[in-house]
Amino acid sequence: MNSNTKNFMDTEAVESLIDVMAGKIWTLLNERGISDPLTVGIRTGGVWLAELLHQELGLKEPLGTLDISFYRDDFTRIGMNPEVHPSDLPIPVDDRHIVLVDDVLHTGRTIRAALNEIFDYGRPSSIILATLVDRPGRELPIQPDVVGLHPVLEPDQHITLIGPDPLGLVIGTNTNRSSRNLEQE
Amino acid sequence: MSRSNAELQLDEAGRLLHFLTIDGLGKEMLTEILDTAEGFTGVSERTIKKVPLCRGKVVANLFFETSTRTRTTFELAAKRLSADVLNLNISASATSKGETLLDTLRNLEAMHVDMFVVRHASTGAAHFIAQHADRGVGVINAGDGRHAHPTQAMLDMFTIRRHKREFVGLRVAIVGDILHSRVARSQILALNSLGVSEVRVVAPRTLLPADARSLGVHVYHDMDEGIRDVDVIIMLRLQKERMKGALLPSEHEYFSLFGLTERRLALADSEAIVMHPGPINRGVEMDSQVADGSKSVILQQVSYGIAIRMAVISMVIGTQNLRMQDVAV
Repeated sequence: MNSNTKNFMDTEAVESLIDVMAGKIWTLLNERGISDPLTVGIRTGGVWLAELLHQELGLKEPLGTLDISFYRDDFTRIGMNPEVHPSDLPIPVDDRHIVLVDDVLHTGRTIRAALNEIFDYGRPSSIILATLVDRPGRELPIQPDVVGLHPVLEPDQHITLIGPDPLGLVIGTNTNRSSRNLEQE
Repeated sequence: MSRSNAELQLDEAGRLLHFLTIDGLGKEMLTEILDTAEGFTGVSERTIKKVPLCRGKVVANLFFETSTRTRTTFELAAKRLSADVLNLNISASATSKGETLLDTLRNLEAMHVDMFVVRHASTGAAHFIAQHADRGVGVINAGDGRHAHPTQAMLDMFTIRRHKREFVGLRVAIVGDILHSRVARSQILALNSLGVSEVRVVAPRTLLPADARSLGVHVYHDMDEGIRDVDVIIMLRLQKERMKGALLPSEHEYFSLFGLTERRLALADSEAIVMHPGPINRGVEMDSQVADGSKSVILQQVSYGIAIRMAVISMVIGTQNLRMQDVAV
């Protein structure tokens, strides 16, 4: 994809959003009486965030990671992702409460794929969705429980988390929408 | 050969269209196959051992030569990708009634098969099918004559990488019937392409091709010398029918000269692993103690075979899908 990107938020600003998210997750877990959730990050940005949230919340269960490449709905259009990694859910998900973390919630297709993948590991008790950014453009009925930021964006703009060190948010404009696009936000 | 193999197997963007031979693919593509297989390893350990990637696709296993392990792992791999699988044991069906290979192919295409996995006793059979298959139909070589068995070679590379991490710096010995082995040929190409330090072949003169050195290997006729200090020992299966010809004196003598025993294994690196494509002739290629010992990774090779086959099936189907869209546009 050809695009012009500009910095939108620096590390410090992103980290303060993560603090806010941690607080909201903490409140939600307390409201629901959940004490030991399994935190699962979606590759790649979601894993960076999940690591930070996991630390900040002092959760004792190990962190899980999902690579949703095998569950994408656009495999027939774009072929195999050449950079796939194994998913790793280190403990059984049956009857487990899960905090699912991703960087940008856009169309909702990534989350649809992630939910399908999680259910191939077992039947969780509940799933809370936490995303750093909730942007307009939903194509599926999927809503987050915890959000760091709701930016106002044009349809042809995309927002991306860069990192992992330092973290930052950048905004770009698509100049070629038909190109092979591996960002399925 | 290399160039035409690259043209047949890769599309303009370098993606895998067919998987027929290691020749012409290059280190980058071999590494991509290994990395993709890595992504599939966890699937076998889950509650639901399936991913939806190839849902609605039909994979036909076209086996003109019998094989249990290869056919079963291809079938399992396709099913774990959610594809439907047709198993055709051709030696027992159409060809015995006089149908040609092309007729068989056209009939299956009329049933909207998306992929052929081909095992054939003749060199070039899978290439032939790939050249004649419809656009959008991928072909994987599951062994052709003495020529190639690329998925076996890739599962062996995957096993080596899992145990040794890097290919650079490794010394690998391939022991046994190199002359008749499509597995050895594919392994040698893959090992050299991935950059191991030294590939050795260890065999009696009667079981080595005349041009062995031109394959980029060091040739040994003495087993003790051949496996000294190596990191990986790959034992090949000795086909019993070779005994009937004049190529070998007896199983007993072969074992005494080239069989892998605990004593010989001690000559290799202390961290060496022992591999075998199966099925093992115990007491011919190796002692049971070695086959079942701590350095043997033979059963892991079988498990990894499923991940490798899932990788190549999904990569080929993915690329063929793209090709069909080009037609649609």
